[in-house]
Amino acid sequence: MMNAFTPPLALALVDIGRIISLTLIAAGLLWLFIRAIKLKEVERRVIFLFIFISVAAPILFPTVFKEKATPVVKAVFDKIESLPPGSKVLLSYDFDPAMAPEVQPMADAFSRHCLVKGHKIIYMCLFATGQGQFTRTMENVIRPEFPEKIDGVDYVNIGYKAGNEGVLNVIISDFKKMFPTDVNAVPYDSIEVFKGIRSCKDLDLIISIGGGRPGIKEWVLFVGDPGDVPIATGVAAVVAPQLYPYYPKQLLGLLGGVKGAAEYESELVAHYSRFKDSPTPALLMMGPQTLAHIVIMAFIIIGNVLFIQGRRKEGKR
Amino acid sequence: MKRQIPIFLVFVFGVFMVFQYFSPHEASEWIYKFLMDWIYIIGIFAMALGIWSLIHVSYDKIKHKRHDWGYSVVTLAALFTMMFFGITGFNENGEWGFYFMTQEGLTNPMFRNFFNHILVPIETTMFSLLAFFIASAAYRAFRARNVLATMLLVSALIVMLRFNPYFGDTFGFYMNKTAAWLLNVPNMAAKRAILIGIGLGMVGTALKVILGIERGYMGKG
Repeated sequence: MMNAFTPPLALALVDIGRIISLTLIAAGLLWLFIRAIKLKEVERRVIFLFIFISVAAPILFPTVFKEKATPVVKAVFDKIESLPPGSKVLLSYDFDPAMAPEVQPMADAFSRHCLVKGHKIIYMCLFATGQGQFTRTMENVIRPEFPEKIDGVDYVNIGYKAGNEGVLNVIISDFKKMFPTDVNAVPYDSIEVFKGIRSCKDLDLIISIGGGRPGIKEWVLFVGDPGDVPIATGVAAVVAPQLYPYYPKQLLGLLGGVKGAAEYESELVAHYSRFKDSPTPALLMMGPQTLAHIVIMAFIIIGNVLFIQGRRKEGKR
Repeated sequence: MKRQIPIFLVFVFGVFMVFQYFSPHEASEWIYKFLMDWIYIIGIFAMALGIWSLIHVSYDKIKHKRHDWGYSVVTLAALFTMMFFGITGFNENGEWGFYFMTQEGLTNPMFRNFFNHILVPIETTMFSLLAFFIASAAYRAFRARNVLATMLLVSALIVMLRFNPYFGDTFGFYMNKTAAWLLNVPNMAAKRAILIGIGLGMVGTALKVILGIERGYMGKG
């Protein structure tokens, strides 16, 4: 990653690499556009090659853009920000490694934000693989950045339980019944984080991170609505449009895909200077995603040029 | 009797669950909670059944050397390896042992390595391949064939453009506003309509199951 100590030569090489790759992509697309006017189809392997270059180039020559939080993202940030220190926040890791590149940065950013604000976090998961993903937050965020935080006092990991919405149906009325101990077999009653918590109704905020099933819809249906608990979410981009009907009444805010995560990370960095040197994977991923989007849009335009030209030719006949 | 008993049970519990939702009586709530415990127990049994089924199917395939039986060997090897490392590990004193009730297994270096360096790259690779197929599909299918297709095409381009920081603040601001309107108004309206439709469909299907008209859950129609 580039920082203030990166040698000027390396910076210059990165800039040159960026210019060359962008020129290459632009020239290639222009060539395909001219070919489309002449009614020449684009082969699938050419499309794949362009997508590969557009994703690889910003990874090799990092391109970071400035992000500004949109209202749906800002609402989640402001909620965590406005809660008094010591508030109880539940983070549910409802995702697997396939979704992780999009949603793991959100999970890490939520953890950073809650811990820096002094909130007490309860970690759990409705996906069996969520437990492994939490270990990544533990290794990459909690231990290195918040060594002073104590397991059981500042946060607790209660792990995974099978049963999907059945689990939620129980914890809406009784946490202990479903989670008699945390993952370290510490009894519920001796965990400080759980003092004053009997069920999900006693929580100040629930954030489900994921996008699959069981996930945020189940949290809203079985916990948020019946228990009147504020719920927010961070989901993969493909799922986000399906969740807009729940916003803002049933979902106080949502982070959609890498873009949502990048907005949250930029907001966190803007508010807390201690996170200036923390990893911001979503902001880094916005480069490849943006360029890939542009290339896809260019191919849509090329496809339509080809289509219109084809129709014209048929009309002339 | 093989058919009547399940149909009777589904009818009784189905009707009870419908009526208990509207009854705040203590007894109704107690029975509801009791039945919720059953969901949890059934969930655990379903998992055990799933694992047993996987082992049985894979073993059968290997035994009879059916097509692609080699993959079943990999499946079983991966299953038992992850199980073994998931329940073994070193405790705080550095002693190796079996841990069924605590998370030592999850921090076992081998379990972590298999998870981080095999499962994570495999799943992320599969998911990331979507980018290539989406690009190819968008090129072939996203064409302005008629007015509705053109509207869809323009909306998609606007929503994609809103992610784009290359266009600067002014253009980006209007793009963001238009995309937000598209997501919050037409998209939300359509999604709500679909959700209400799905909800009504679910009620209809549930009624068919409760009344014994739909019997697909018993294996044969």
